[in-house]
Amino acid sequence: MEIYLDNSATTRVRNEIINDIVMVITENYGNPSSLHHKGFKAEKILNYSREMIARLLKCSPEEIYFTSGGTESNNLAIRGYLKANRRKGNHIITTAIEHPSVSNTFLDLKKDGYNVDILPVNPMGYVNIDDIKRIITEETALISIMMVNNEIGTIEPIKEISAIAKEKGVALHVDAVQGFGKLDFDVKEYGIDMLSLSGHKIYGLKGSGALYVGRDIKIAPILTGGGQERDIRSGTENMPGIIALGKAAELLFGKIDENARFMYELKKKLVDELKELDGWSINGPGLNEAAPHILNISFSGIRGEVLVHSLEEYGIYVSTGSACSSKHHSESPVLKALGLKPNAIQGAIRISFSIFNTEEEVVKAAEAIKKIVPELRKYTRR
Amino acid sequence: MIYLDNAATTKVAPEVLKEMVSYYEEHYGNPSSIYYFSAACRDAIDNARQKVARAIKARPSEIFFTSGGSEADNWALKGIASALKYKGNHIITTSIEHHAVLNVARFLEGSGFRVTYLPVDKYGMVDPDDIKRAISKDTILISIMYANNEVGTVEPIREIGRIAHENGIYLHTDAVQAAGHIPIDVNEDMIDLLSISAHKFYGPKGIGALYIREGTEIYPLIHGGGQERNRRAGTENVPGIVGMGCAIELALKGFDDENERIIYLRDRMIDKIFSSISGVKLNGHPEKRLPGIINICIDGVSGDTLLLNLDMAGIYASSGSACTSGSLEPSHVLLAMGLTEEEARSSIRFSLGRYNEIEEIYEAVEKLAELVGRLRNS
Repeated sequence: MEIYLDNSATTRVRNEIINDIVMVITENYGNPSSLHHKGFKAEKILNYSREMIARLLKCSPEEIYFTSGGTESNNLAIRGYLKANRRKGNHIITTAIEHPSVSNTFLDLKKDGYNVDILPVNPMGYVNIDDIKRIITEETALISIMMVNNEIGTIEPIKEISAIAKEKGVALHVDAVQGFGKLDFDVKEYGIDMLSLSGHKIYGLKGSGALYVGRDIKIAPILTGGGQERDIRSGTENMPGIIALGKAAELLFGKIDENARFMYELKKKLVDELKELDGWSINGPGLNEAAPHILNISFSGIRGEVLVHSLEEYGIYVSTGSACSSKHHSESPVLKALGLKPNAIQGAIRISFSIFNTEEEVVKAAEAIKKIVPELRKYTRR
Repeated sequence: MIYLDNAATTKVAPEVLKEMVSYYEEHYGNPSSIYYFSAACRDAIDNARQKVARAIKARPSEIFFTSGGSEADNWALKGIASALKYKGNHIITTSIEHHAVLNVARFLEGSGFRVTYLPVDKYGMVDPDDIKRAISKDTILISIMYANNEVGTVEPIREIGRIAHENGIYLHTDAVQAAGHIPIDVNEDMIDLLSISAHKFYGPKGIGALYIREGTEIYPLIHGGGQERNRRAGTENVPGIVGMGCAIELALKGFDDENERIIYLRDRMIDKIFSSISGVKLNGHPEKRLPGIINICIDGVSGDTLLLNLDMAGIYASSGSACTSGSLEPSHVLLAMGLTEEEARSSIRFSLGRYNEIEEIYEAVEKLAELVGRLRNS
């Protein structure tokens, strides 16, 4: 049996939307830019998906631009905004716990002469609002901060940050790849100027994503060409990815709180089941405050990587940190930023839930952990 | 319904779809995850990379997956421009490129690069001597499409490759319309960078690739995680990549027979059009052309009105490329070939593909002749 508890890395495509994807591939396969009927049908699908995403974010469909995924959305938001607003200054702010698609983009911009500030976080993973107030200047053009951290589930105080940004006339970009569809929020009420989201984290397809850009925000494209997506993102639209994203968003609408409660209960169950085991602790903001689908635990005396492989023998899939960096065997910059000791960083695993996991699966996973961890501790040389 | 717009996009082959679906439901892991469950995804990506490499006679390590042809073109031009700006600031391209190249060239002009847009002859063919003349000590890149998407003319890439090579200049070619339709050999043709897109050869939309010859200096376009050997960040579009690999393998399998069949259909269509409609001219090169593309100018008829009427009759064709057909501007390709604005506005493109049958061709021409007659009399 397979127990997939790595839903922050990627999710299985929802059964309900496979047929829609297949329809777009086999019947409505037109190019949305074509003027004939086949193209028109494709355009209607495009509009539908745009509306579904807008409904979830509580914005207007014209503020949604499709991309090839979260990484492209983050690159487009940051580079596109700076390119279109050169006169706003050359100071940009982000945090020490961003996804590489934000942090590496900032590093690249630093090479281009931007003055980059990277905010530290406290042991729970939160940025300090006062830090932002202190470093923001007339020269600040952009703040980019994630909504939910992908490794530890910290939910950043976006509303407070946007209030400061607004006051100073600084644009705010939010990487919501782990927050979209998981938390209920109103992009306008939160004061977010640009927001990145990804399809394959919400039971849609890999290779699909979107960027929300508020009506009064100007950005320049990073991909130019045929002028699709109102000149902001050229390239024939990834129709299977887009219909999957639209359907996935539709199916989450009105269900976010219920889903969050469900995943939180799974997480709580897992933690309860592990109580008999000693020598472990939750990293980040703890059980109640973190995003409902993410749990990061350090086990003393073992290496997270070894535990991941051991669990794999049981058909249970979890991860050490984010998938994008887990191949590189380097220490998680996120856990490091929390100030965790090297032992705790090495002993960390991330367990991430979906709405399709069951209590039975969670109990089985806990049982496996309770069996493996003492074994590993016993037989690991230190 | 008769779909004759296969240059805009193609229907995904059923064999391709079948392979893709298992990557939605079964092998849905993130290829970057360390556990064995994701190994199937990694293997699938490697496998597809080999198939794409084989199709253009490249090495698998020289293939990088992108979100499509536009991204591949953007990456090639911007990536080379960023990496080589220390060497020079001159780029050579043509006036008949796809907008994914043309608009990037214009963008680079705005950031201090000098771009030469080479003219073409009445067939849409670039003159290699023009390239020789345009090359200067500042030239860092030549970007010329393998085959034109609107009229189907195949450019003399091998000759251009030799010129580029002799001068130590990188050659990029947008092979989006050519790959999977005519044989390509990146070594014989001396190509350094080549863009392809799966949805033009019965693969899915949203996936493409850039071939980058080993040792080529290029800067990434999209930054983030270390996917695609640190050159193209972003979780891999696994089903798309699998679909692309499968589609290109299928395209190569029956290559000669299928091309012969499409050329046969195309020539029947051209013959039939010429025998049943007066005042028609074929745009593009008479011989050096892609198998499936027919671009014709029909005297005294508005292409857009004709397309609308064909559409209502269930026949799907286009004027120019799909990406710009919303704009109602006359085609930049046809104008560059020396057609008048009126001639360009009277031109339409039929593009034939794997799933077209001879009956459809005859039916389409019959309807076309009827509509042209009606429009000319109104």
